[in-house]
Amino acid sequence: MVGALGASERAALRQLARHELPRLYALARRLGGVDAEDLVQETLLRACRSFGSLRDLAAGPKWLTTILTNTWRDWLRKDLREPDAVPVEEDGPFSLYRIIEEEDPFPYSDTLHVDMLGAFSEHDVREVLQRVPPHYRLTLVLRYIEGYAATEVAEMLDRPRGTVMSQLHRARQRFEREMWAYAGESGLLAGAATTGALRGEREDGS
Amino acid sequence: MAPMGCGEAVSQLWEFLDDGLGATDHRRVEEHLAWCLRCCGEVAFARELRGLLRTRTGITLPDDVRGRLEHLIDGMGEGTEERSWT
Repeated sequence: MVGALGASERAALRQLARHELPRLYALARRLGGVDAEDLVQETLLRACRSFGSLRDLAAGPKWLTTILTNTWRDWLRKDLREPDAVPVEEDGPFSLYRIIEEEDPFPYSDTLHVDMLGAFSEHDVREVLQRVPPHYRLTLVLRYIEGYAATEVAEMLDRPRGTVMSQLHRARQRFEREMWAYAGESGLLAGAATTGALRGEREDGS
Repeated sequence: MAPMGCGEAVSQLWEFLDDGLGATDHRRVEEHLAWCLRCCGEVAFARELRGLLRTRTGITLPDDVRGRLEHLIDGMGEGTEERSWT
């Protein structure tokens, strides 16, 4: 059970929740690892409980995002999936741009970098995102999909800005590495030689 | 200070695009990009990749899920909300 709100508060909360619903659901799906509908439900219930703490209704979308991401982190922690844990062995430097140049997966193309990105459908990009570890995926989603500034992400996650910048850097490299591996495994790139190179890269680098 | 090499520049490109570098490092990357065509290509690619993340991860809210969540919203603030899954 949740405490009752006054009529005007109730109307404001419902309007905010209704307006933000598609975005919250998409955010929950992108974060992954839990049932998106359950996550949005719990977010709305928590928002209802703490609506009195929201001083500026204009900040409502960001406030809901913070509640959803905190709920997601709580749930992953409960399942021992450690959303905030950073691997002991960090990935080494990786540049998708350079490896495309070196491996030349589209030998007859003058625009191989564009071709590489063009090979990825929406489904493929979502799949790659789910391969990225949760703590990196969270920062990537908040910064580059939701469009929050690094300072805002730091506030939302209650972390120093420098830590968020450093995580974004590693998250981007991990995303690029997973794109390259996924492209090889999913046959997005033509050529057996390329596939062999991709496998070698994955064994050496991740 | 020594000119920035490609390795250092590449490692800082997204932070550069995010305005996440200090003034000195930002200027050093800019100086590097002024003469390094290859790293300019990296910058353009990084921009494309960020765009891909933003534009190719679209997810639509299914009607049935929308219906259940809107039902929950309709009762919000009455003091009677309960999880629909309990």
